[in-house]
Amino acid sequence: MATNTSQVSMPAEGAWWHIGSRTRLSRLQRLEAIQGYLFISPWVLGFLLFTLGPMLASFYYSFTLYNVQTEPRFTGLYNYSYAFSDDPLFWVSVRRTLLWSIMTVPVSMVASLWAAILLNQKLRGVAIYRTCFFLPHLTPVVAAAILWMWILQPDIGILNTFLDKVGIRGPNWLQSIRWSMPALAMVALWTGIGGNKMLIFLAGLQSIPDSLYEAADMDGATGLQKFRHITLPMISPAMFFNLLLGIIASFQVFGMAFVTTKGGPAYATYFYALHLYQQAFVSFDMGYGSALAWIFFAAVLFLTLIQLWLQKRWVYYEGAV
Amino acid sequence: MTVASSPIQRPQRREGSMRALSNRILLYLLAILFSAMFVFPFFWTVTTSLKEPVELIAYPPTILPETPRWENYGQIWSVGMGISFGRFFLNSALVTGAALIGQILTAFLVGYGFARFRFPGRNVIFAICLSTMILPPHVTIIPLFVLFRELHWIDTFLPLIVPSFLGGGAFTIFLIRQFIMTLPRELDEAAIIDGAGRLTILFRIILPNAGPVLATVAIFGFISHWNQFLEPLIFLNSARKYTVPLGLWFLRHQEGVAGLPRDNLLMAASVLATLPIIIIFFFAQKYFVRGIAMSGLKG
Repeated sequence: MATNTSQVSMPAEGAWWHIGSRTRLSRLQRLEAIQGYLFISPWVLGFLLFTLGPMLASFYYSFTLYNVQTEPRFTGLYNYSYAFSDDPLFWVSVRRTLLWSIMTVPVSMVASLWAAILLNQKLRGVAIYRTCFFLPHLTPVVAAAILWMWILQPDIGILNTFLDKVGIRGPNWLQSIRWSMPALAMVALWTGIGGNKMLIFLAGLQSIPDSLYEAADMDGATGLQKFRHITLPMISPAMFFNLLLGIIASFQVFGMAFVTTKGGPAYATYFYALHLYQQAFVSFDMGYGSALAWIFFAAVLFLTLIQLWLQKRWVYYEGAV
Repeated sequence: MTVASSPIQRPQRREGSMRALSNRILLYLLAILFSAMFVFPFFWTVTTSLKEPVELIAYPPTILPETPRWENYGQIWSVGMGISFGRFFLNSALVTGAALIGQILTAFLVGYGFARFRFPGRNVIFAICLSTMILPPHVTIIPLFVLFRELHWIDTFLPLIVPSFLGGGAFTIFLIRQFIMTLPRELDEAAIIDGAGRLTILFRIILPNAGPVLATVAIFGFISHWNQFLEPLIFLNSARKYTVPLGLWFLRHQEGVAGLPRDNLLMAASVLATLPIIIIFFFAQKYFVRGIAMSGLKG
């Protein structure tokens, strides 16, 4: 998304809008600037109060011992060193979360793109299919959890009944150390494939001009060639956006596990966000929770920067030669 | 893999049309098969919600209830320690409605500001705004809890509503800004010559043309406010204040009567919790993809 800032259309006459520019604004320009600031002021205020302020506060808390009841007490880097070297659950939750990302992100990227291509065909009643695909994404996470716990119920659940019919003895799913993570991944794919990712791909596909495909047809290109040389490059910005936000969202996995497995059994689904919640809002160790939050943020930032750097090699922006 | 079909057919008529036909049949089969896969859990929820408690534990499970028990839907309005499900609905409607109004109103102001005004630092500020999208809520939620506690807002709806009145989130602002930039500037300029103020232009000229983007941000906003779980979980304490998702979570931990499962009631509650979103989506969906496509998030 940040990449779109380069598309901001600015008049080319001069660089007067840069901070620190010495050029005097005319009276009209000054009026426009003041009005502009007024219009964006709600966001600026919200950003300062509910984003930047809390970020700085959380950064400060991360160096303290703080339980909300008493004043924060400065403890230096203790929280960070505790996380990295003394808290066994920290590394458990990091590994669980990484495994989760590896299990869900690539599959959901490919599946969402595939679904978008399917639903971009000129089919009769395509709106109905789109609604069906999107439906799981609309379900509140707790409702989705409740209905899947029922489906995955080991003895009388419909999935194991079906598996039984075809001669497979279904596992205990959410109560099984081995199968709880795949079961949650399955639910996540159910909710995720037809969701925002698919819509963004769909929007990307729809903005590819037909003339490109027509020209390729004239040259006798096959379907696969058209896909490789027209579709993929044209939707690469949508892919980048989905990949970036998809990875970040996968790190934040919380609700489904919180409701169904509570991180169990035996920490098999103990994700990072669960650990953070546990430390901050169950043990009320807000200082340590803040340190966990900042480690998390640093990881997200690092990954984002890597991806922003890598995108130059594979993302194609029309007009940006 | 089949790609967006082109209207132009290749020369070899017969063979080509036969292949095209079998391709189309395959496409319909895939679309229907996957639609069924996505919808089946809902179907299963609805049928379960109409079963009797004894029928729930039958093995093998019955696909359709022997006699649909519509009373289940009546019953969930009066379960759980004297708190009815209707209370959760009312709470959710209040929070979602108020937050949505604030979000749309202020995001239009801000989006308009970024789209139509030139001022020093605009690009930098907009870039900062966009970059907040990658910020995990976990980084701010602990200090927000402390802040709301100081303000005595814990266990009130204010933490769930007030932030929406301050900009409405980066993604919403982005969609609206991109949309306004596709409208010709001449419209604004003509109105300025006629002596209209900037707010008048926004409400009289831009807003009436903003149907698709309005529908898009309204759906996204509705889904996110209605389904919100982490924030209400942390900011609300008493069950009377719970929103629908929290209420569902609360009901799940209530004991069943006489050892029988109450999953039928939970399923009925889940159906009702999802229904408002499905209805909203159904009516707004035709604008939806168009609204996103217009934002310029494209190839």
